[in-house]
Amino acid sequence: MTDMQSRPDYARDFDHTTEEWANHAPEIWDEYRQSCPVAKSDIFGGTWLPTRHVDVSAIAHDTENYTSQGVIVGPVPPDVDAPMGPAPPITSDPPFHGIARRLLLPPFAPKPINALEPYTRQYCNDLIDTLLASEGDEVDAAVGYAQHIPVRIIAKMLGLPEEDGEIFRKFIHAIIETPGADEELPPDETLDAYLDNQIAQHRANPKTGDDADLIDYLVAADIEGMPLSDEHVRGSIALLLIAGIDTTWSAIGASIWHFAQNPDHRRQVAEDPSIMPFAVEEMLRYYAPVTMARIAATDHELGGCPVQKGDWLLLPFPAANRDPEAFEHADQVILDRKANRHGAFGLGIHRCLGSNLARLELSIALETWLDRIPEFELADPERVRWSKGQIRGPRELPIRIL
Amino acid sequence: MKIKYNRDACQGHNRCYMLAPEVFDVDDEGYAILLIDGDVPEELQEKAQLTVDNCPEFAIEVVED
Ligand code: HEM
Ligand code: SF4
Repeated sequence: MTDMQSRPDYARDFDHTTEEWANHAPEIWDEYRQSCPVAKSDIFGGTWLPTRHVDVSAIAHDTENYTSQGVIVGPVPPDVDAPMGPAPPITSDPPFHGIARRLLLPPFAPKPINALEPYTRQYCNDLIDTLLASEGDEVDAAVGYAQHIPVRIIAKMLGLPEEDGEIFRKFIHAIIETPGADEELPPDETLDAYLDNQIAQHRANPKTGDDADLIDYLVAADIEGMPLSDEHVRGSIALLLIAGIDTTWSAIGASIWHFAQNPDHRRQVAEDPSIMPFAVEEMLRYYAPVTMARIAATDHELGGCPVQKGDWLLLPFPAANRDPEAFEHADQVILDRKANRHGAFGLGIHRCLGSNLARLELSIALETWLDRIPEFELADPERVRWSKGQIRGPRELPIRIL
Repeated sequence: MKIKYNRDACQGHNRCYMLAPEVFDVDDEGYAILLIDGDVPEELQEKAQLTVDNCPEFAIEVVED
């Protein structure tokens, strides 16, 4: 409690881009939910933070009063009247949203995604081989394992060189962890420049049928007979790269962090592997990594608070997932929880397009880790580093293999 | 027991298909397809209830006779 009392008054000045938030976000959400369920801070020209499931769900389902033109809270709100936004469909509103989304749904439906299972399992095993071959009994589960998995799989799906993983991570770090930072890079070193080059190569050498990758698919796609604009193709590819990497990396890392500290849970899944699908959903509920944002499109009230057109709103799905009004024993991890309507992948029309892929990666990453490294603990809790900003997960996670 | 599925509320979270492929299939875009018309057979009732309790969009309902 002493720690809580020494903190600033969050009801007026929370800031999700600070170290304090990185380390204590779940306690901050719980504190607000009880005392000030729709909090406001002056950051970025005025930003609201609802923490109850009802409010988060209501905003996610309301595309009249809220626009998705801005989903990462930043210094400059984007032009609210543009229909597509920079990264369709996540930054698009209806009706354009549905068109852009529909195009991407088939390659991310469960059946095509499940076909990636053997490749994913092999890759996870290769990573563990490398970890186990390293000197000593300490490994970093975030740096040496979790972060590589989504990068490799999405690169394969898009048809980008596997060895470019380091390059994407640099862009993503710049865009998500430090809003506005990508704009400060020299023009030929931005994500846009990298992707334009890749798209040009795909246009020059198109692949078809089973050989076609996702970039080929988008380049060949049309909307009512019209090919997609270059901005649309580039925006969607950038989105698939950005949306899938930090997020899944965070979910895998947070789950390993949990199991490192809960030997009883490690034993529970070892004894009864049939609970694994439920355990994965419970990890997603409890450690949901993604907080989205919206911009108010109208002046209106939210939970009795006066929201003004142009205000930012954070949409903390993880806070909603820990609301005792929506979940029994919300503050406890119950691995075989049988009723779990969590919103880790969002709610409403923007439901995570990559949710089947993310689930596959998280399940296989965890299964493989627990199978190959059944006994482990945090090497040093002080050296675990959680990310700041809207995507929350361990970025450094030193683990001692027992 | 009867099961009802509301296509307008469904956002394709695919929880139902994963938990109970005997009760729900999935289409090419990832939306659910209810496979049971009429009464839910005894042996699938528990699974049907699971789909209700795990659909984030409250798109599935069971009605006891
Ligand atoms: C555990 C990992 C992941 C989590 C927790 C997560 C979470 C989310 C959330 C909460 C949204 C809703 C955004 C909103 O309401 O504004 C979303 C949207 C989206 N996600 Fe994910 N995501 C994950 C992994 C992925 C992966 C692997 C991909 C694809 C490669 C992906 C692609 C997308 C896309 C394209 C959207 C936009 C959908 C739309 O606007 O219609 N995500 N994600
Ligand atoms: S779980 Fe609900 S939202 Fe998801 S596919 Fe099934 S019915 Fe649709």
